[in-house]
Amino acid sequence: MLADILVDALRTATGPTAAAYALLAIGLNMHFGFTGLLNFGQAGFMLVGAYGVAITVSTFGGPLWLGVLVGMLAAVLLALLLGVPTLRLRADYLAITTIAAAEILRLFFRSTAAEPVTGGVFGLRQFGGAFFAFNPFPDGRTYLGPLSASPSRMWVMLVGWSLVLLMTLFVWALIRSPWGRVIRSIREDEDAARSLGKNVFSYKMQSLVLGGVIGALGGALFALSLQTVQPDTFLPQVTFYAFAILILGGTASTFGPVIGAVIFWFILGMLQSGLRTFSDAGLLPDFFGAQAVGAVSLTFVGVLIMSLMIFRPQGILGDKKELQLDVS
Amino acid sequence: MRRVSRLSMLGLLVVVALATFAGAAIAQEAESIGGRLQADGDGVPGVEIAVATEDGDPVGTGVSGEDGSWSVELPGPGTYLVTIDVETLPEGVGLTNPDRQELELRVSEGGSSTALFALGEREEVGSQLGSRLAQSTVNGIKFGLIIAMTAIGLSLIFGTTGLINFAHGDLVTMGAFLAYTFNVLLGLHLIVAAALAIVVSAAISGSIEAGLWRPLRKRRTGLISMLVISIGLAFVIRHIILFYFGGSRRPYGDYTLQLALQFGPVRVQPVELWVMGLSVVILVGVALMLTKTKLGKGMRAVADNRDLAESSGIDVNRVILSVWIMGGALTAVGGIFLGMIESVDYLMGFRLLLLMFAGVILGGLGTAYGAMLGSLIVGLVSEVSTVFFSSQLKYVWALGVLIIILLVRPQGLLGRKERIG
Repeated sequence: MLADILVDALRTATGPTAAAYALLAIGLNMHFGFTGLLNFGQAGFMLVGAYGVAITVSTFGGPLWLGVLVGMLAAVLLALLLGVPTLRLRADYLAITTIAAAEILRLFFRSTAAEPVTGGVFGLRQFGGAFFAFNPFPDGRTYLGPLSASPSRMWVMLVGWSLVLLMTLFVWALIRSPWGRVIRSIREDEDAARSLGKNVFSYKMQSLVLGGVIGALGGALFALSLQTVQPDTFLPQVTFYAFAILILGGTASTFGPVIGAVIFWFILGMLQSGLRTFSDAGLLPDFFGAQAVGAVSLTFVGVLIMSLMIFRPQGILGDKKELQLDVS
Repeated sequence: MRRVSRLSMLGLLVVVALATFAGAAIAQEAESIGGRLQADGDGVPGVEIAVATEDGDPVGTGVSGEDGSWSVELPGPGTYLVTIDVETLPEGVGLTNPDRQELELRVSEGGSSTALFALGEREEVGSQLGSRLAQSTVNGIKFGLIIAMTAIGLSLIFGTTGLINFAHGDLVTMGAFLAYTFNVLLGLHLIVAAALAIVVSAAISGSIEAGLWRPLRKRRTGLISMLVISIGLAFVIRHIILFYFGGSRRPYGDYTLQLALQFGPVRVQPVELWVMGLSVVILVGVALMLTKTKLGKGMRAVADNRDLAESSGIDVNRVILSVWIMGGALTAVGGIFLGMIESVDYLMGFRLLLLMFAGVILGGLGTAYGAMLGSLIVGLVSEVSTVFFSSQLKYVWALGVLIIILLVRPQGLLGRKERIG
């Protein structure tokens, strides 16, 4: 029984969802970790990435590559829209505006007014045909031994984790570049960066755009792996999952989001699988219904965020010196 | 010192964890099917809905309440047929798609499903622009007053400590559910239950300040870190409530089925009048308290300039504690009022939080009167928008106001410029 739970947890930790969340967290790391921007609307960037693919392919019958491109462009646009009013203000204004914007998007996409294009509350499906047509893994086999990944799951995992690796390298290179040094100096002391003649607003905007696009890629991956998009997938708690992953792995460390995503989903997978196994075996009191499993895991996420921030704000890989963030 | 604060924080986490899992036996959640009948954004009351098993055996019938919501308890998980009795629909209202009179729904164990019947007005019944504007204005004031009560605490906490408390919405939910526990589960009358809930809520809010935030401030934790911690706290509160009470909407036991009074074009239930009247009394009371009493003046002084207040001999920590206690009590009142005119569910506070933010920023972060004014405007905008646009988008307009005000006047209507830099 314990072995089953561990296998389940490992399956979750290596699956496409963990890869998609790693991308979200890499984007957030760009914003929060390196630039000090408090983006609480990563779910919104994820939403435009996912719907970019779904709407282009499902509603308008366009090709998949165009869908991914549309999603990324939409993320650029969203970042510009959010950045213009808020990037000159204190960090917490950006936080409130981004969470509000993500909710506006979700509410609008699920409304009847948008239904002809977005499918309303039911969302859209069947847009991944072109993606799975390229699947190099032959049908009728399962892979990875006990993790029993189907060929299509293998394909999503391969593409997903490759994308994660690519983006990690990209961010790593960026942060080592002169551009990255300016970004981090803005995080440390905006006025100092400004007094050196750097256009702080423009650098912040570039960071917001880049992190948002990486988040949108996470959304596209998420949509392709599930083969369906629904607006209520993109609740604000998605952003806070990504924050938990980022803080767990180590804010402002390049590989933190990846490690964080794997460990976070391993723990969450173990918790959910364990609770379900115990409840099926009748080992839990009977008030512990199906809903309680979700409630307990989300409570756990909350306790995790709180205790990490209080007792180990640098997470697993982070450097405490990089974390003197504050609003001024 | 540091050890003590660590211990007290650990203690708080342990208490929270124990509270989750101790005595949760009340939470036994039965399966149910429910929904809310709406035509043009207004609830449709008095409609009968029958629920039967897949084989056609009747399970029960529900009648929609004043806000159009209804629910039928089920014997267990499975597939059910839900039929709306079109004969009981009011004059002029009909199904937009007559084929969807019977719905088939699957209900999982411990879950609840929502049956959606799309209703529309068949003829012009009270659809004149003027009367709809009047009705939505009244609704907007009612909603705005509730937002205002909860937002004062949010604004004053920000003003005195600099913390944007993302757990504030979940304090609203907590207050509403405390009253639900006392009222429905323990059988007290709602007025007694509400009074108890307000006291307990204020006490919990005060202990969160004393047990969590004050030690964190002593450790010089950054404001952004505290903001992220408040999100963690929000998650904990929200999902403990989900664990105990499940995800369905629940009404209080008193003042639920009331006949609406007609004032010209406007229909109001007596309970709504009471809610509005009491809200005004409470808001005026808070405003008087802030201007006339020593404590209130202290609150405004600390919010205005903390260092100056401290050096003038004001006990800043005591003032902050009182702000939290007052904020906790006010959020509970707001939550209970919202529960009385609609229903309680575990996400009610979070939905309200974004509107509180909108109200507080619109009025000016850190000011108490600004929070009141901004919240009223946000309530009005979201309700009046339903006259012209779909009611599904009413929060969108309210949040849109937030973004517009940040563009044109980021300090808010009553705020001062130096706060935003």
